[in-house]
Amino acid sequence: MVYEVIVRSGAGGKSHRLELERAASGWACRLDGRLVNVDAVITRRDVLSLLVDGRTYEIKREETATDLHMWVGAACFAVELRDPRSLRSRNKTGRDEKGPRKLLAPMPGRIVRLLVAENSEVEAGQGIVVVEAMKMQNEIKSPKKGIVKKISATPGAAVNPGDVLAIVE
Amino acid sequence: MFKKILIANRGEIAVRIIAACREMGIATVAVYSDVDRAALHVRKSDEAYSIGPAPAGESYLRIDKILDVAKRSGAEAIHPGYGFLSENAKFAQACADAGVKFIGPTPHSMEMMGSKTRARQEMEKTGVPVVPGTSRGLVSPEEGEEVAARIGYPVMLKAAAGGGGKGMRLVHTREELRSALESARSEAQRSFGDSEVYIEKAVVNPRHIEMQVLADEHGNTVWLGERECSIQRRHQKVLEEAPSPIVDPDMRRRMGEVAVKVAQAANYTNAGTVEFLVDTQKNFYFLEMNTRLQVEHPVTELTTGLDLVHLQIRIAAGEKLPFTQSDVEMRGHAIECRIYAEDPDNNYFPSPGKITLLLEPSGPGIRRDSGMYEGWNVPMDYDPLLAKLIGYGTDREQAIMRLERALGEYFVAGIKTNISLFRRILRDADFQEGKLDTGYLDRLLAKGNQDEASNAPDPQIEALEMIAAIAAGMFAVLDPAAPGTRNGSVIATGSGPASVPTNWKQKGRSEALR
Repeated sequence: MVYEVIVRSGAGGKSHRLELERAASGWACRLDGRLVNVDAVITRRDVLSLLVDGRTYEIKREETATDLHMWVGAACFAVELRDPRSLRSRNKTGRDEKGPRKLLAPMPGRIVRLLVAENSEVEAGQGIVVVEAMKMQNEIKSPKKGIVKKISATPGAAVNPGDVLAIVE
Repeated sequence: MFKKILIANRGEIAVRIIAACREMGIATVAVYSDVDRAALHVRKSDEAYSIGPAPAGESYLRIDKILDVAKRSGAEAIHPGYGFLSENAKFAQACADAGVKFIGPTPHSMEMMGSKTRARQEMEKTGVPVVPGTSRGLVSPEEGEEVAARIGYPVMLKAAAGGGGKGMRLVHTREELRSALESARSEAQRSFGDSEVYIEKAVVNPRHIEMQVLADEHGNTVWLGERECSIQRRHQKVLEEAPSPIVDPDMRRRMGEVAVKVAQAANYTNAGTVEFLVDTQKNFYFLEMNTRLQVEHPVTELTTGLDLVHLQIRIAAGEKLPFTQSDVEMRGHAIECRIYAEDPDNNYFPSPGKITLLLEPSGPGIRRDSGMYEGWNVPMDYDPLLAKLIGYGTDREQAIMRLERALGEYFVAGIKTNISLFRRILRDADFQEGKLDTGYLDRLLAKGNQDEASNAPDPQIEALEMIAAIAAGMFAVLDPAAPGTRNGSVIATGSGPASVPTNWKQKGRSEALR
């Protein structure tokens, strides 16, 4: 298998080429061209025991409404895996600052109020919707500078993680 | 002894009380709201009854519904846990009227301690040290200015019916006092339906240290040692320990004796906690009495070897305390971390939702009081406390080492938790030296943000990034059908970085065509 893996931690993101092939014992793995000896076992759902050149790691996998996370100890990395042979996955890559961005509910809660109207201009980081959960109110902020094209959140309504609250273009 | 007890609570504390009942051979009755049908306390109990919709006001705070369940199930006693109805004197009275034993103090003691001004008046009478100030509500801003001039600024305005920081204002100068009093009054009126506000000298950088007491219904009262509770945020405790790093045996004895005096002045029975403010010279002042079992009771249990819930039940059943003050011995050190469903990357905002993976620590010196399980949906309607992780050791250093080990093994996916915060606290030099006060946590968090801003790429993080990349590929190969793996082996999620190196794209394309 050949993958393109994009790993993000904090603000930056890096792309790696990963080749995996079954070997006599474990896996022959090439990461960015460098050969690494890897042995991997899934010990339970979402938990991977990894042996890399004799060192042990326990990796936890977490899928959130917006990301796929790999937890290595206390460090969390958002990863994106692409199969370079699949055209479908390549079409999903154009998520840059220019296109429309969805504002997603990060947690279940209730819409308290809207802070801006449709078609208004917003700065990156400006609050658009207020969601309440566990008696605390949280401003959901714009992912980019632009115009609020659509607001699908209605005050008083319940939302689930991943629900689209608004679209900023 | 009781044959059946109703637990008028939910979450980890309901589970903890059910465990004590089961150990004592007592049947348990749980109550639950609509969103708590699958909660752990319902699963663990012998009987369970629905008491209404999710909002606490329509379920866990409904005295009539809870007493109705007690009657239907034949429960002889009710344990209120903490929060909800635990400090509600009307509930305790309603239990008595219905012939059900309330496991806690009498309504009379609760009422006396429920009003801060009334408690202050009682304490002044018995010679218990209180922070200088008034013990009656202020009648006018002029009176406030006069008292403040006498005791000296800064002063604290506090709601008599207060709690959780509501109706509380810190005032530095005379000019601020009038408007601060007005806003404290209106906030107190809104929050508690009582606008009474009194004034106290503000203790600068205080510690918050509390003393556990236990009293039976035959006139015996003992103290069980202090708990250091200075690590707080938004007036919510985050980490507690016993003993306090600054309390020596003499101070402990003096605090204990004052706490017993406070309890006796209120004719107190069952478990209670006397809270003190401690200034930088180690003077301690009575703050208030909590008339219930505390969240942080496990650190006292570990250092005294006593089971407070067993003892609460025995006292409520009319038994005498099975030991005297001189039998109480404190050994070792215990630290409790409150695991909250909170997002550390978003100002510790609550994070309810489904727990998709849960790995829990155990082993030497580790106790875990938990109300969660894998697959459970943490409801958004209640307090975000999920569990408590408590480390115990022969000394403070060992307790810290064990907790660090256990925190590294604790993993919760699907929702965010504050587990990472405890790693920071336990490694912090001031914490390790025991330099704590109620402003400690805000300072630590402010410091953390500065650190992050000046962060250069860490070679260690880069090495881990490689591991994450390999793991992502291995998961896809070994577990292609799992969630997150859409379209066969292709995972495409989230918002990736803006650009992907073009040469790689081209290479990918040539491979695709091959």
